[in-house]
Amino acid sequence: MLELTGITKSYGGRRVLDDVGFTVAPGRLTGFVGGNGAGKTTTMRIILGVLARDGGTVTLEGTEVTAADRRRFGYMPEERGLYPKMRVLEHVVYLARLHGFSKPDATARATALLEELGLGERLNDNIETLSLGNQQRAQIAAALVHDPRVLILDEPFSGLDPLAVDVVASVLQSRAAQGAAVLFSSHQLDVVERLCDDLVIIAGGTIRAAGTRDELRSQHAQRRFELVSAGDAGWLRDEPGIEVLEFDGGYALFDADSDEAAQRVLRRAVEGGDVASFAPRHPSLAQIFKEVIQ
Amino acid sequence: MTAPTPSSAPSFAQSVWLVTEREIGSKLRSKAFLISTGILFAIALVAVVWGGFAAQSDSRIPVAVTADTAGAVSSIEDALEITEASDADAARDLVRSGEVDAALVPGGEPFGYTVVADDAPPSTLMQLLSVTPPVELLTTDGVDWALRYFVSLGFGLIFFMAALTFGSTIAQSVVEEKQTRVVELLISAIPTRALLAGKVVGNTILAMGQIIGLAAIAIVGLTVTDQSALLTGLGAPLVWFAVFFLFGFILLAALFAAAAAMVSRQEDIGSTTTPLTFLVMAPYFLVIFFNDNPVVLTIMSYVPFSAPVGMPVRVFLGEAQWWEPLLSLVILLATCVAAIAIGARIYENSLLRMGARVKLAEALKA
Repeated sequence: MLELTGITKSYGGRRVLDDVGFTVAPGRLTGFVGGNGAGKTTTMRIILGVLARDGGTVTLEGTEVTAADRRRFGYMPEERGLYPKMRVLEHVVYLARLHGFSKPDATARATALLEELGLGERLNDNIETLSLGNQQRAQIAAALVHDPRVLILDEPFSGLDPLAVDVVASVLQSRAAQGAAVLFSSHQLDVVERLCDDLVIIAGGTIRAAGTRDELRSQHAQRRFELVSAGDAGWLRDEPGIEVLEFDGGYALFDADSDEAAQRVLRRAVEGGDVASFAPRHPSLAQIFKEVIQ
Repeated sequence: MTAPTPSSAPSFAQSVWLVTEREIGSKLRSKAFLISTGILFAIALVAVVWGGFAAQSDSRIPVAVTADTAGAVSSIEDALEITEASDADAARDLVRSGEVDAALVPGGEPFGYTVVADDAPPSTLMQLLSVTPPVELLTTDGVDWALRYFVSLGFGLIFFMAALTFGSTIAQSVVEEKQTRVVELLISAIPTRALLAGKVVGNTILAMGQIIGLAAIAIVGLTVTDQSALLTGLGAPLVWFAVFFLFGFILLAALFAAAAAMVSRQEDIGSTTTPLTFLVMAPYFLVIFFNDNPVVLTIMSYVPFSAPVGMPVRVFLGEAQWWEPLLSLVILLATCVAAIAIGARIYENSLLRMGARVKLAEALKA
């Protein structure tokens, strides 16, 4: 368990992180969402020790994270980049060795990982000759080659085509399944919603919401329902305790002020004709996000 | 992927060495670097060998004498290539055929011989034959003017070229890492200081390799072309030069790395490294213009940035006391330690600052 407590950071007089605290659990994918300049990259850099914090603690299993612990952290910075003139395999081996692997171990691991990522044919090509998508794969290999316990990925999906998004997503899921704690930031809220077990929402340098995805959803769930029926659903407008949001013939989207009101609507709809569908509508992450950052 | 996990984190020294290896490897793979080094070595070899042949080339004047006039040249025979002719006519024939430049034939007052030449008086021979009064010089200069100039120029030029080549290399390598953003990945794995140290060590090894290569060419070249006298005189200065260059370059490398860390793009390197470039060029110009000025040379030999040129030149000229290089080296070492500390601070503070040039005051902040 990676835990941040009371992290603060200021640039000049401007406070960019204020009492930031959340946890990243092993075996789970934690999504880190927030607008531009909300403090995501700064927080991630502080976790990696690349940036010094002004206050607060970063602990792993309850003890302060040391440089030795950080050797087992994998990092994908928001600003991608590798040495353009190094060969793919050589580069990944170099990074594995910086993380403490012997040359033969590093070579074996890098070769296997690059093959897994579909770069087996390009091992001895210079990085600069790879397409952008393949450079991104090499970048992922660079973050994973040392088998990190904690993975910190800043916008791992930005600039990827949908196919590559799936490749990266499945790699992250398999790492989490092997017990790694994975924290990744993204602007693509739909991807985050699909992948994440846990969520952390940051805005203006403070954490606005944190918890499991389902917890957050139920916390922010209004009693919103969707009804698809055969008859005209116009009568809904006159039901007490119901607020209709959208309406089109037999289709209606409405908020109910109590579960009883919702059930009453269902019973009346069934009496009035066939009901094709009646279901609670969960708030999307985008909705929750908009709500909590206000 | 259940292969072995790293048994232990690499030590600081191991991290430094990994960076060093990469730094040297990437340079040795650059064709431009290999070709320019090859050309440099070739120029050095040609200069030494050409110097050797020029020194050896036979400058003795071919002169014909007869049995009667041989005595006239006995005191200067080292400078002449003497051919003994059977008589005056035979000697004249040798001049006519061009085998000798001049002939001494009997007859003629007041010397008892006459100089025979083809179409112009042989002036060098005439000087040799002239009687000059003895001269006493009150100030003796141990080293020939030309030799002093070329040795000074040599040390100045080699320092300037090697320091600038590898100073620029380290600057470019620092900016490359910033510009390609790979630096963030690197410093998430190893301490910033290990990265800096690896770069400095790697480029110092390359620069020393070039210096030692040039020294080896000079020594072998001088030996082969039989200029051992010059070699004896240059031995100690060469060793001092290597030692001073080693620390002088580390000093500059730390500063070049720090200056480069303050910018984010290759195009901007000049804006922070130009002062250092002048610092590297200064000793070269000073030593060319002031190699006969003991005061300037003495100051140069103690200022850390010019000591690698100034002190070996003074040692070569025999102007330095035995303790002077040691004292200067201590000053250089102290400056080197200070430069590394300041350089490391600037480097650490600037490395992740992308975009506009980092101001020096901010880069120095704790």
